[in-house]
Amino acid sequence: MTKQHANWSPYDNNGGSCVAIAGSDYCVIAADTRMSTGYNILTRDYSKISHLAEKCVMASSGFQADVKALQKVLSARHLTYQHQHNKQMSCPAMAQLLSNTLYYKRFFPYYSFNVLGGLDSEGKGCVFTYDAVGSYERVGYSSQGSGSTLIMPFLDNQLKSPSPLLLPAQDAVTPLSEAEAVDLVKTVFASATERDIYTGDKVEIVILNAGGIHREFMDLRKTDAFTEECMFMIDLF
Amino acid sequence: MLDTTALESFPSLISHGINVAGEISAPPSFQLPNSNDFDGFVKETIQMVKPAKGTTTLAFIFKEGVMVAADSRASMGGYISSQSVKKIIEINPYMLGTMAGGAADCQFWHRNLGIKCRLHELANKRRISVTGASKLLANILYSYRGMGSSVGTMIAGWDETGPGLYYVDSEGGRLKGNRFSVGSGSPYAYGVLDSGYKYDMSVEEASELARRAIYHATFRDGASGGVASVYYVGPTGRKKLSGDDVGELHYHYNPVTPSTVEQEMVEAAGP
Repeated sequence: MTKQHANWSPYDNNGGSCVAIAGSDYCVIAADTRMSTGYNILTRDYSKISHLAEKCVMASSGFQADVKALQKVLSARHLTYQHQHNKQMSCPAMAQLLSNTLYYKRFFPYYSFNVLGGLDSEGKGCVFTYDAVGSYERVGYSSQGSGSTLIMPFLDNQLKSPSPLLLPAQDAVTPLSEAEAVDLVKTVFASATERDIYTGDKVEIVILNAGGIHREFMDLRKTDAFTEECMFMIDLF
Repeated sequence: MLDTTALESFPSLISHGINVAGEISAPPSFQLPNSNDFDGFVKETIQMVKPAKGTTTLAFIFKEGVMVAADSRASMGGYISSQSVKKIIEINPYMLGTMAGGAADCQFWHRNLGIKCRLHELANKRRISVTGASKLLANILYSYRGMGSSVGTMIAGWDETGPGLYYVDSEGGRLKGNRFSVGSGSPYAYGVLDSGYKYDMSVEEASELARRAIYHATFRDGASGGVASVYYVGPTGRKKLSGDDVGELHYHYNPVTPSTVEQEMVEAAGP
């Protein structure tokens, strides 16, 4: 009896890319706003970023239905934590919560590739990167999603920091200023948009620092250069 | 009678599984699976026997205690997803676990083991032994056997009976031993480790042997790389001895000396 293969899959990939960069006293988290399925675009204006706690922001690409479910679970857990402990969850605590939440569905995973960014208890920027089943690591920068193979080498080139495993230990945060980091993120998305069909439309950039949270958007290429030109002429956007 | 076996053409590789009369005289052929989707079946089997656990970890017991070392590369297929993964996990101040196989599986179950070990301490007013901790982990993994988790770990520590080292995996296996290496780079690490091992080594000699073994494995195995970390567990607890980038270790072990031709060219270039 040959093995039966399913005709229906519970998963889909809605594409998109996410990036996070940790600085000495800030953290930049960004994701594009395109949501696709196969070769179709479902919407050009979908946020993949979720503000989980005061100093903790998550960006997730992959299957957005699973991402939405994951965001809801984490929000609910955070609310419970606030009621029980009378304080916000710190970013490292939320990082471990996310890891455990993902692993509890180890045998029917959340198809969600996450990047968590925020400020640790000392006010320094921290970024945590995950795989789909919950393995996580604190890093200085990371990218996930369909454009990650394009973005990551560029970030390695610009930001490569000494590994935290080296002895004697060396600091993992980037020496960039906040403005330089935001500029780098914009450059990175503009480049990824050129070569990844699932990345484009707009990039949503969230900046967390001691002053609070700040959000900005930047337009990206929606389509090929010729059509962009036509759209511009006909004033379609 | 002439021997014409050499003249036989290669047999057809597609066996229809039908018992034809006169099969004794049929040319030899491979036994093939009776499958509609032959390609898919072959892909599955290759996945099953594929050497998994792209990593190199090792641990050994010697006179002074236990030495544990690992690389730090994580790969997703051919993509290097991280060069800075912590593969040596601190279960508690006197016990270490190594990670090989699924990163999430190893991280989660080691964290869980740390919790269980702490609960044991609180309930019994004494530290858990390495034997006990490894048994706890092995029993959990055995119950998840066949469900697809992939864990190849070594539990190393120091307890009342002295140094302890166990190998535990997601098939449910648990082995006590003095020397183990786990992962795709383990054959290379074993080569260096086994030839250089002496029970009476000092801590410095043992840590250098461990570091070298990891370096050589990262050199030859594409799935291993990053930073070679070396930890020591002794009577006073665990301590990280070194963490070196393997690229830099390469030039440390193989220093670059300019050849005479290059020297002459530099001199000829003039001031």
